[in-house]
Amino acid sequence: MAEAHPVGFQWVMEAKGRGAKVFHVDPRFTRTSALADTYLPIRAGSDIALLGGIVRYILENELDFREYVLAYTNAATIVSDEFVDTEDLDGLFSGYDPRTHTYNERSWQYVGQEETTGYRAADRERDTAAGLRHESHGIPVGGQVRRDETLQHPRCVYQILKRHYSRYTPEMVERVCGIPHEKFLELARAWTENSGRERTGVLIYSVGWTQHTVGVQYIRTGAIIQLLLGNMGRPGGGVLALRGHASIQGSTDIPTLFNLLPGYLPMPNCHNHATFTDWVDSIRHPGQKGFWANARAFGASLLKAYWGDAATPENDFCYDYLPRMTGDHGTYQTVLNMIDGKVKGYFLLGQNPAVGSAHGKAQRLGMANLDWLVVRDLFMIESATFWKNSPEVETGEIVPEECRTEVFFIPAASHVEKEGTFTQTQRLLQWREKALDPPGDARSELWFFYHLGRIIRQKLAASDKPRDRAVRDLKWDYPTHGDLAEPSAEAVLKEINGYEVATGRPLSAFTEAKDDGSTAIGCWIYTGVYADGVNQAARRKSRHEQDWVAAEWGWAWPANRRILYNRASADPEGRPWSERKQYVWWDADKGEWTGYDVPDFEKKKPPTYRPPEGATGVQGLAGDDAFIMQGDGKGWLYVPSGLQDGPMPTHYEPAESPMRNPLYGQQANPTRKVYDNPINSVNPSPPQPHSDVFPYVFTVSRLTEHHTAGGMSRTVPRLAELQPEMFVEVSPELAGELGLAHLGWAHLISGRAAIEARVLVTDRLTPLRLDGRVIHQVWLPYHFGREGIVTGDSVNDLFGITLDPNVLIQESKVGTCDIRPGRRPTGPALLELVDDYRRRAEMTGGRPPIVTTDASEREVG
Amino acid sequence: MIEANSLYGPLDPAPDAGWDEAGPRMGFFTDTSVCIGCKACEVACKEWNGVPDSGFDLLGMSYDNTGALTANSWRHVAFIEQPRPAGHRTPPFAGDPTGPAVSPASAAAAAGTVNETGTTPGVPPGDPQAAARMAAGPEFLGMPGAQPPGRSTGAESRTDFRWLMMSDVCKHCTHAACLDVCPTGSLFRTEFGTVVVQEDICNGCGYCISACPYGVIDQRKGDGRAWKCTLCYDRLGAGMTPACAQACPTESIQFGPLDELRERAAQRVAVLHERGVPEARLYGHDPTDGVGGDGAFFLLLDEPEVYGLPPDPVVTTRDLPKMWKRAGLAALAMAAAAVAAFVGGSS
Repeated sequence: MAEAHPVGFQWVMEAKGRGAKVFHVDPRFTRTSALADTYLPIRAGSDIALLGGIVRYILENELDFREYVLAYTNAATIVSDEFVDTEDLDGLFSGYDPRTHTYNERSWQYVGQEETTGYRAADRERDTAAGLRHESHGIPVGGQVRRDETLQHPRCVYQILKRHYSRYTPEMVERVCGIPHEKFLELARAWTENSGRERTGVLIYSVGWTQHTVGVQYIRTGAIIQLLLGNMGRPGGGVLALRGHASIQGSTDIPTLFNLLPGYLPMPNCHNHATFTDWVDSIRHPGQKGFWANARAFGASLLKAYWGDAATPENDFCYDYLPRMTGDHGTYQTVLNMIDGKVKGYFLLGQNPAVGSAHGKAQRLGMANLDWLVVRDLFMIESATFWKNSPEVETGEIVPEECRTEVFFIPAASHVEKEGTFTQTQRLLQWREKALDPPGDARSELWFFYHLGRIIRQKLAASDKPRDRAVRDLKWDYPTHGDLAEPSAEAVLKEINGYEVATGRPLSAFTEAKDDGSTAIGCWIYTGVYADGVNQAARRKSRHEQDWVAAEWGWAWPANRRILYNRASADPEGRPWSERKQYVWWDADKGEWTGYDVPDFEKKKPPTYRPPEGATGVQGLAGDDAFIMQGDGKGWLYVPSGLQDGPMPTHYEPAESPMRNPLYGQQANPTRKVYDNPINSVNPSPPQPHSDVFPYVFTVSRLTEHHTAGGMSRTVPRLAELQPEMFVEVSPELAGELGLAHLGWAHLISGRAAIEARVLVTDRLTPLRLDGRVIHQVWLPYHFGREGIVTGDSVNDLFGITLDPNVLIQESKVGTCDIRPGRRPTGPALLELVDDYRRRAEMTGGRPPIVTTDASEREVG
Repeated sequence: MIEANSLYGPLDPAPDAGWDEAGPRMGFFTDTSVCIGCKACEVACKEWNGVPDSGFDLLGMSYDNTGALTANSWRHVAFIEQPRPAGHRTPPFAGDPTGPAVSPASAAAAAGTVNETGTTPGVPPGDPQAAARMAAGPEFLGMPGAQPPGRSTGAESRTDFRWLMMSDVCKHCTHAACLDVCPTGSLFRTEFGTVVVQEDICNGCGYCISACPYGVIDQRKGDGRAWKCTLCYDRLGAGMTPACAQACPTESIQFGPLDELRERAAQRVAVLHERGVPEARLYGHDPTDGVGGDGAFFLLLDEPEVYGLPPDPVVTTRDLPKMWKRAGLAALAMAAAAVAAFVGGSS
């Protein structure tokens, strides 16, 4: 955190100053470790084993916050007797289909609800990362569930969880992660001792956690711990993601993703969403409990914001103008499609995939096979110059004179040269003013897209082709100002907020959304940010002039609520769990919920409310169903549906690992997304032969001094001079084994590429003892490329493409490689070196074996 | 016995320099125990003061690629890797299959690197033995060995480790030798008690460079003038905080009236001692030390030498009055001898 988020780390230092104990788990000793009280070196890619060990520690020692767990989680819920755990299937759950490498979730359901999921094409859902749409609202399940409040039923979630993690002992954690068990226990004790009625703990992760084939399940394991310890919905608790850039939260809320529309409405799919009603019904699930009954109004209001007067109830608000997904349109599939000549043009906006994305060669070869490429950035970056100075030019794979791609480089305004909002990890929107005009031809994104749209619409004005209607009918009328005709960002914010179509009055809450075309809302979860015609995100009331929740600084979605599910900060009867941690509570005299924050509950629903038989929608939620967006109102320790790779996190080895999975015959995530493409390959891992060709584990991350792919730091002298060269950090033990000298050169080889780096031999890296053998890990920064003041090879070139099945994020935080002293060869000799390794590892193309246990043959359901 | 005077001993420098209505003396307290090594101070300083780059060399001195304070680096963050316990902490590598520590050997190898900073004397190559000693700490028993890092075969294994970080800066001494020796009056004492070079007066004579007991002030090549931290004189004049202190995310760099900072620092040391960090100590806070106390002082977690700081700095002009006295006496004696020679010769 000190490395990648030094400004946020000040709060950790502040907590430390007040006596907090800081633990840091990381493959290498970083600037964070330097300030931590306890540092735990870990093998990259083994976090579920560590966290699963904590879950076991909590359950075996009964350290869970029992009243909270009983009231607010699904611990007591009884699961179908068709369910079979990984303990009995050697690492697979019941329902696995070895043909499609996906699960049928039927057997994972709560008992009696096996039929409610209906048919689900899991492979299709994986292609479209369908799990992402649950980010804001959870997955519906039937309302009435069977529970055992004593938690003794062998198929209640509590017991299933306990059995699932029973082998994640401190000794097993040591075998899998390389963390000595005394240190593990120190961590487990501290975490549990600092949670409960009087205390809460927060789990903060950075997005490196997401870049694994089991990334979603990493975070799930953290969430299970936080639920068991009663750390959700309470002040000082939660699971927070430190994002990699400003406003990455904003770019999922109003997404730059292929499978979502604003406010986590799913992008329509050609298979399931033929009509507007099909689409909204797939969101609101008529007949089930929860807050999604209004989906029709959110969908209609979004389409009304897009197409204005053209969108009417009679034409389903122009629903047919929306593109439909036909399968995987994710970034990696798109790149492979470019290589195959199926993509003609590409926009890159503040993104540098030639350096920042996994399998750099695939990225560059893809971009070299386009008709046109638009790059908007502050500086000339590798993704704009790959055609003349990439590694492939040296090896002859790209010939500048013959490269067909026409590259348009368009200078962009930086964040201080334009106005707008950032949304941070707590969902807080903060408006920022423009400090100065952008230099020269640089323009804001808003300017670029508004005027691009305006010009395209002009060109199509006379068109009578049906395919052009969607563009011609767009509502595209933002006011502009100044010499540059900059569109008004406030006008855009007002549209995002939503307004009454007839009067233009900004809406105050998403409950005002209508499904009859009388409201237009750009992003329903942001409704309220422009309430009363005031830019609420621009509020800057000092913390000294308001209480500690600081509700008048900026604006948080939804409804300016700072902590989600904060009903859980009170006990089932509505009283604060403790005076120290009081936050939101039931005021019996007034008959309403009150507190420091906006209650995340129906204001007038008493804690004693029990739904009548057969109640659906919001009425179906009881007065103690704190997790109101979940179908059963409970926090999910066990996920009966919505995840591709199982209802409970399970340790699988990374797609590339030098180790056999010590826990199960199933080596790696059996549902991970793999691509059969000649350009892609995966280094062999046990039980495949030849994993010894790539014996070392490498992991990559950031340095404080640089920013992501380096486009904004290698180009700036004051930053570039601080870390001026690509390097690899190695332990003294590995340096001795390989003959690497401090400040000398080494090159690293994977099945995709070979890169070189200067060597830093440092005590900060350590070998680990795992399952009786010593494993060496090296670390590299991923900031370097061929452009800028300081240059170097890109470590992301070493990675292949294997993705998490839930969200299609690549595994780019752990891989295997070989390391040799000295510089790498250049030109065609470089290709020969990599080919030689591929021959020795028998990497003949095709996907690696996915199922590595025969247990699936005796699976159930 | 050295007597206190304008060149030595406790003193409030601004009034001494003739500022009749000077406010409180302002300075920095740099608490290295909360430094996270982010280098925001280095960047903010360069950005505000328009300081040029100081070279693009990988120095291998841990994460320090600036090397030292120079004319082109007015804040400098030192990184020291040591196989030593951090007092209160669980040993980071306990239980791991480690061999002997390499940090002294890596530091020694790095000491041989030269950084072309665009300044003179800039950052000359270091002394490998001294560098190894810094990394090893007080228990260092000799040279790190002839083998390349990691090759040694000692049976001992490393378990302890700490990574010290420290943002260094001009000390703005009470008795600033640079100022004392400046022949042009370019270096002067401000109303805040700080020491500033006036770039339009400096003639590049370089006397200040050899006078500084900390090796801070340095000359820019091509331009020839001496440059160093001004404690953001322009910002102070406008009632603002210096750029480095403003940018520091963890309040490792604190700016304020020196008296207050000294009080705060003493409390911080007491807190750290109480929390089991006996190594915590102040450096440059004492008005009775060899430079009359620093306007920029530090909380360190080891001996000053480990951070590359002189353990007992003395203002190089301390003995100037005595030297002049002696020189005067010598001149008189010479004159007397000459007279005597003439007198004697004529007899």
